[in-house]
Amino acid sequence: MTISLEMFVLFIAITLGITYWASRRSAGAAAYFAASRQIKGWQNGIAVAGDYMSAASFLGIAGIIAFQGYDGFLYSVGWLVAYLTVLLVIAEPLRNAGKYTMADVLAYRLKPLPVRGMAALSTLTVSTFYMIAQMVGAGALVKLLLGGYVTFNQSVIGVGILMIVYVVFGGMLATTWVQIIKAILLMAGTILLSFLVMAHFHFSFSEFFGAVSQVTYHDATGASVVKDFLTPGLRYKPPYGPLDLISLGLALVFGTAGLPHILVRFYTVPDAKTARHSVVWAMVLIGSFYIMTTFLGFGAATIVGPDFIKAHGGNNMSAPLLAQALAGNVFFAFISAIAFATILAVVAGLTISATTSFSHDFWTNVIHSGKERNPGEEVLVARISAFVVGAVAIGIAIVLGPTANVAFLVGLAFAVAASANLPVIVLSIFWKRFNTAGAVTGLGIGLLASIGLILISPSIMGIDPPTVTGAARHLIQAKAIFPLENPGILSIPLGFIGAILGTLLSHEPSSQEKFNELLVRSNTGLGAEKATAQ
Amino acid sequence: MGNTIRNSEITEPKRFEGTKSTWDEIAESRPFQDLMATKKTFIVPAFIFFVVYYFALPVLVGYAPQFMSTKVIGNVNLAYLFALSQFFVAWLIAGLYVRAANNFDRLSQDILEKAENGKGGK
Repeated sequence: MTISLEMFVLFIAITLGITYWASRRSAGAAAYFAASRQIKGWQNGIAVAGDYMSAASFLGIAGIIAFQGYDGFLYSVGWLVAYLTVLLVIAEPLRNAGKYTMADVLAYRLKPLPVRGMAALSTLTVSTFYMIAQMVGAGALVKLLLGGYVTFNQSVIGVGILMIVYVVFGGMLATTWVQIIKAILLMAGTILLSFLVMAHFHFSFSEFFGAVSQVTYHDATGASVVKDFLTPGLRYKPPYGPLDLISLGLALVFGTAGLPHILVRFYTVPDAKTARHSVVWAMVLIGSFYIMTTFLGFGAATIVGPDFIKAHGGNNMSAPLLAQALAGNVFFAFISAIAFATILAVVAGLTISATTSFSHDFWTNVIHSGKERNPGEEVLVARISAFVVGAVAIGIAIVLGPTANVAFLVGLAFAVAASANLPVIVLSIFWKRFNTAGAVTGLGIGLLASIGLILISPSIMGIDPPTVTGAARHLIQAKAIFPLENPGILSIPLGFIGAILGTLLSHEPSSQEKFNELLVRSNTGLGAEKATAQ
Repeated sequence: MGNTIRNSEITEPKRFEGTKSTWDEIAESRPFQDLMATKKTFIVPAFIFFVVYYFALPVLVGYAPQFMSTKVIGNVNLAYLFALSQFFVAWLIAGLYVRAANNFDRLSQDILEKAENGKGGK
């Protein structure tokens, strides 16, 4: 596996070089938080794709399709379609009216202190959940990919330190380029892998889907079974499966447009039109990638086989093992390095959005009522909080350990984004009557409902047989009270209801005074933040 | 640090500032009302269409799996083709939006020019 190690080191060297270059161009807040708003549309589109397509999608979805067939492909669909909400509803108003964070838009006509405080809390919650999931996954994965060279803890610390270095020294500019390189690598690897899968089936779709229709493996009881992997229902079984699927779809369609690390990307471009074009670029890349998960997942199921994958690292190893089966160790190393790059790009994006929100929303605007006490303080605080966020993420990932079941944290992040963030952003732009109390109750109830429902869902509650040990056991050994893994179907309406009731039950004429200003700003771009010269 | 301040002072460009009455005037002006109406005519139906089209997938697959397993071309079934169609429909809507948005840009350009020349929204 020395080739894997060499490719990892090469990627690290290139990204550190970029960080050094970016660090010399990151003076000033607009440069540090928003890359001086000079990122081009296509560049930002690629970076959005790089920020979004996590190891969970690259390795995770390939794995779910390899084991559960068609139902895994349903994930792929939702991850792309969700961008229509970003494109039609969120990207342009956000770019027109905001500065660095989503709270900028809320604070326009609402009372800045409570709104920014709650928005920062929600942003930090989403980013932290998402990051812990990535870090635990990263630790296990890097250990597996480097085959014995490093331990779980060393992997977690390594990934954590790299992400801190990118963000502290390189700011948004370095993060952007790490995401761009990662997205290009990911696309290249996926295209190559898909090509090799089709070559294996002599470029005949009927041969390919023929093999997919009869995948042979051993089920949990040890019996040999043959299944048509194109048949729906292998994962989502009645009675609650279909409802869970709809709930997941809701969280994706409404949550993606509320993910702080995606939203901050739209501040890095010069104007709303460029933001729009970057969403379209992102959709082309993300859509092409998720269509190709057909070849990755079904390829792994037919060429490698679920039995072999289970015996060699499980679910997440489907894509790398497929690479190995098709083109040997060098290609395995290449795909592994891409997985590594994928993790780093996503955690760097999460870190910068968390630190931007902490420093801009919480430190400058809540604690110090909108004024920097010393010039450059906002950036300094962001750099310090990047250290803290990174250290905390490393710590939590190590405490949880490699066997912790953290996949649900990604779902939770989407649920919070969909139930807390999206309702208040949408209502503040489109509903004149909306006010501070509504925003605070909306954010609060959306946040609490998502977390509360997850706590009583099958992700946390369940009765394990005694053979399941340690962190893999359910935290609460009792039958789940809420039957769905995805809380969106209930928590999103609750978030909206909270925001609407909070508004109707309170009186705040001042929030309506600046509605016209926000309406004009967000729809025309009049007075929007402009790109800064370097 | 000293460097940082100077840098941000030099590079921060001037932006439009308006009083409450200027914003209200623009918001109530004819060109702005036209812009909003044009936007709504595209965005609202497009949003409703994609939500309905997308959620038809989990609903059909979840509640009519037998029907969706009907094989259409060789081994490829309705469920897979419908899922695949989602990608192309999403791209199509995005493409149509970009085309419609050129219109929005044209309308808002007029509003921007008038406002920045200090004539308000009329």
